[in-house]
Amino acid sequence: MGKTIAEKIFDTHLVDKPFGDVSVLRLDRVFCHEITTPIAIQDLVARGKDRVFDPEKIKAVIDHVSPAKDSKTAMQGKIMREWAIRHNIKDFFDIGENGVCHALFPEKGFVRPGFTIIMGDSHTCTHGAFGAFAAGVGTTDLEVGILKGVCTFKQPETFKIEITGALRPGVYAKDIILEVIRQISVNGATNMVIEFTGPVVDAMGMNQRMTLANMAVEAGATSGLCLPDMTTVAYLWPFIKDEFKTPEDALAQYSQFCSDPDAVYAKTKTIDVSNLEPLATFGFKPDNVKPVSQMTDTRVDQVYIGSCTNGRIEDLREAAAEVAGKKINPGVRAIVSPATPDIFSAALDEGLIKTFMDAGFCVTNPTCGACLGMSNGVLAEGEVAASTTNRNFNGRMGKGGMVHLVSPATAAATALHGVLTHSERFKN
Amino acid sequence: MKEFEGNMLCLDRADINTDEIIPAKYLTESSKSALKPHLLEDLVLDGFNPETDLKDVRVIVSRGNFGCGSSREHAPWALEVNDINVVIAPSFARIFRQNMFNCGMMAIELPDEKVQALFELGAGKKAQLCVDLENDILIVTDGSGKELTLEFSISEFDKTLVKTGGWVEFADKNY
Repeated sequence: MGKTIAEKIFDTHLVDKPFGDVSVLRLDRVFCHEITTPIAIQDLVARGKDRVFDPEKIKAVIDHVSPAKDSKTAMQGKIMREWAIRHNIKDFFDIGENGVCHALFPEKGFVRPGFTIIMGDSHTCTHGAFGAFAAGVGTTDLEVGILKGVCTFKQPETFKIEITGALRPGVYAKDIILEVIRQISVNGATNMVIEFTGPVVDAMGMNQRMTLANMAVEAGATSGLCLPDMTTVAYLWPFIKDEFKTPEDALAQYSQFCSDPDAVYAKTKTIDVSNLEPLATFGFKPDNVKPVSQMTDTRVDQVYIGSCTNGRIEDLREAAAEVAGKKINPGVRAIVSPATPDIFSAALDEGLIKTFMDAGFCVTNPTCGACLGMSNGVLAEGEVAASTTNRNFNGRMGKGGMVHLVSPATAAATALHGVLTHSERFKN
Repeated sequence: MKEFEGNMLCLDRADINTDEIIPAKYLTESSKSALKPHLLEDLVLDGFNPETDLKDVRVIVSRGNFGCGSSREHAPWALEVNDINVVIAPSFARIFRQNMFNCGMMAIELPDEKVQALFELGAGKKAQLCVDLENDILIVTDGSGKELTLEFSISEFDKTLVKTGGWVEFADKNY
């Protein structure tokens, strides 16, 4: 019987099965940020176990509130910084080099097909775009990951979602994942891994695949994987060129993890996106999704473009194309936050930052801040945002605030009009 | 081992998420006890007032997909520092469920009809629930003498975590 990519990764990383249904896996990477790691560090210290399993395999960043906004967040950064120095964790990204973890770590080349990765962050599933089993965990799991390089998971079943058809202009990976979540619901893939396949996924670049995988957790999934292919290898090539003679050799090695044709899936679903429209969420659950065209009377106070979902260079290009030479609506505050310094720098070189500023956007440094209502764009009570982020929970971007999740192009068009609006490039 | 019995609070909505259990703005706290006054403060639910209704609660009963959203272990911690060590629901988000057991707490999954029975007995009343971990049963009394006994099951691994107090010590000893 054939195996899925998730099953193959589990097989190659299995350390123990202490109780039948639970697999203890060896970890290739433990990623850390300053919100969930400091308590793990302090607990290890308190237990007399202030050690790390392998400083090379631990990668750390200060990203959620950066620069620190108050004494408490400054202390979280300080705990991380001192810990990284103490344990010789070389890949530690502090202010000036830091960016949103799930954009920064792939960019640094830390992810490989077939890897196991955990982080104390639910959107760790993003790295599944590379064909890795990457899962968000809590602080206790993170703590054990740091200490021992292992983590437990139940053998996840796989939900195969095949994306077919051809996207219309103005419709993006973000719209696809919103449609997936609408169809399968917020717990449609709980305790499962989603495997994204099909010609539309095959044609996507890595940045779009990351947008897709990023929101797998909003459908409850443990991870969201894409199968490694030449697109994956081409992205990774600068980091792996000394390991392989040719990209084809690399692909041959990575392909061993690809799901077998006779692999068994718990569920399968095919979604034809040919007629898909630009979408937006309504209400407070990410599976409350409607076409933007049905919500054009929805006024917004703030537009936010950024985050681990949609703060990458392609996202900024799509948004800038929308606002080039125009002014945002006077009733709207618009914020763009390039997700990493490299993205920021590329956006500067390409003139995108000037385009945003001329249109009336506020450009902020890379940080997660606004997405979870911590800094750099918190909503007031009763305010409404159109945002390229990943969660529309009640109060997510600020107590009493409401969030409509949209693509970067839709967010930018909305900034121009002051009400939810899709890109002019989309013709219904 | 923690205590798993006491007054029951019924929260009649599915998909109660981690931002509702503990809003992100409190994630800058470096101690668990600082979370105590903020448990469920953003949950908007008819008939629920977080300022008064959490007093002396030891068990929460809710609907499906409880704890969805963020990976923050602050959600179980906010419960823990309020002496709530058990949540019962038809289903849980994976990370929240694992975090509960990793902390030596319990996230007990029951079929819809059993959860419904708990709601019928406990919603709006002074019901008490006791987890009998030796016999895998829940014993519920509603104060008027009505008693309900429900079987439940958790995995051997989860039970071990509850009995040993969590995953850190177990992992450090075994791996």
